[in-house]
Amino acid sequence: MQYKSQAVAKPYFIAAIGLFVGQILFGLIIGLQYVVGDFLFPEIPFNVGRMVHTNLLIVWLLFGFMGAAYYMVPEESERELVAPWLAHLMFWIFLVAGALTVLGYLMVPYAKLAELTQNTVLPTMGREFLEQPTITKIGIVIVALAFLFNVGLTVLMGRKTVVNLVLLLGLLGLAVFFLFSFYNPDNLVLDKYYWWWVVHLWVEGVWELILGSILAFVLIKTTGVDREVIEKWLYVIIAMTLITGIIGTGHHYYWIGTPEYWQWWGSIFSAMEPIPFFMMTVFAFNMVNRRRRNHPNKAAMLWALGTAVMAFLGAGVWGFLHTLAPVNYYTHGTQITAAHGHMAFYGAYVMINLTIISYAMPLLRGRKAANSERSQVLEMWSFWLMTVAMVFITLFLTGAGVLQVWLQRYTATPQPFMAVQDQIALFYWLREIAGVVFLAGLVTYIASFFVGSKEPEAAAEGASATA
Amino acid sequence: MSQTFTKAMARNIFYGGSVFFFLLFLALTFDTSRALPGRDNRAAITEKVARGKQVWEHNNCIGCHTLLGEGAYFAPELGNVYKRFGSKEAIIAWIKAQPTGAAGRRQMPQFNLSEGDLDAVAEFLKYASEINAAKWPPNING
Repeated sequence: MQYKSQAVAKPYFIAAIGLFVGQILFGLIIGLQYVVGDFLFPEIPFNVGRMVHTNLLIVWLLFGFMGAAYYMVPEESERELVAPWLAHLMFWIFLVAGALTVLGYLMVPYAKLAELTQNTVLPTMGREFLEQPTITKIGIVIVALAFLFNVGLTVLMGRKTVVNLVLLLGLLGLAVFFLFSFYNPDNLVLDKYYWWWVVHLWVEGVWELILGSILAFVLIKTTGVDREVIEKWLYVIIAMTLITGIIGTGHHYYWIGTPEYWQWWGSIFSAMEPIPFFMMTVFAFNMVNRRRRNHPNKAAMLWALGTAVMAFLGAGVWGFLHTLAPVNYYTHGTQITAAHGHMAFYGAYVMINLTIISYAMPLLRGRKAANSERSQVLEMWSFWLMTVAMVFITLFLTGAGVLQVWLQRYTATPQPFMAVQDQIALFYWLREIAGVVFLAGLVTYIASFFVGSKEPEAAAEGASATA
Repeated sequence: MSQTFTKAMARNIFYGGSVFFFLLFLALTFDTSRALPGRDNRAAITEKVARGKQVWEHNNCIGCHTLLGEGAYFAPELGNVYKRFGSKEAIIAWIKAQPTGAAGRRQMPQFNLSEGDLDAVAEFLKYASEINAAKWPPNING
């Protein structure tokens, strides 16, 4: 750690991991409800459990992104953060607001929460992923503004690097597109049209800029490859992301009442969306192969390479699987979508967060470069447990999805939704088992922070050349 | 990447490409806005439908169901439920009858909606079923 103010990243990372645990626990609950329908009913109905599962994901990823920015920006700008106190303050505001919101979901019926928070004044609730009460959404905007002010000013007043610039652009886009969550017209088609401006333009747009810049930062640090080379790659990757991804939004506009030409625009452009992810994989492996040093933090390297591969598989391959309009006509809103969603979020955004945490946390905890060998071995175990579990979750959901599409939509004698669900229960059981393995991986991950922390740091392979 | 392809060129492709395609996206959005009145059944959006949409949102229906294929995949598609059930009365009766309490089966909560809210949400679902969604879903089962 080169600058004192980078330390503000630490609570953000810790909160992120804590909320991650909550997300997985609720994932297991709703996964079980798929097969034991009345599990925890009526205490935690499925919709509440799912809302907690997805909202905790979004919030912890945002905590991770903010932590990443607070860690990276001073080092890239070569100066202290403008206002570390503001970062601390915003941390507590965001954590308390997030906790209160989740408690609200769990303690009172959703309709009651809407009433308590005066949703009728500015109705924004009750839409997928944007379920937060309006007051929470306003809180998110305030936290985002303070955060952008803090890192933005630091960037402007310090050394300007491509990594910093791209990160800032991504974060700015994140804040700007979130504003569309306040637009909720009575017209369902318009509502859905602009809802995607938050959801799609986040995860298949500006978040990829954040992902790219974090990956570039970690690769610069761990491989010692010339910054010029890495920055050129970064530009090309994010160029392809936005060139394909913006019009790629059209793959959500096939069946929601929008004109049918979107089937062409959406199919063609989103079919190219895997390209930037593939380039990211080539980029990551290339940089590691051309490394000028062996960094002692092997776990961080594993996460970095893992992110590139899994993001390509989850977002790229599983996205392409159902993105062409004639295919999507049958797969839209089935377990195929769920399969893609799980691996894409894990591969791209969970793993990039775990990458930067893996790289930065040892330094934030006073290590010179890396954790002890024992701690890293455990962390790498957790990598494989979680990643393999997620591969199986995705495969089982894909199996469920293919059968669902066939039985409910494709055969000459289509069957009703619940009749089909009964017939694919086996896949849901298998998914749940894979989910338990994922939790075991997560427990292992957390253990890696405590095991071997008194032992000496791991040395780089081929030791002497660490310069 | 080769030396002839410089970082400045990569940067220009990024900025130029992003701006161009975002402008194209805005143009398509503009055209879509002009085409929507012929497709999105806006003439049917009465005060009752608007209230129904709010009932739909305030009870987080999207947390289990899909609506035009978007939402959660735990419970049936409701974009075409009006056509599947055949009437508003059938939809209202269904909502009132929940939960079934059948052991081990997926349960829909009892939302204790007023008669006015029930009628509104059914009216909203009727409106939704009449949006031109390009012949989706493939069949009545959603």
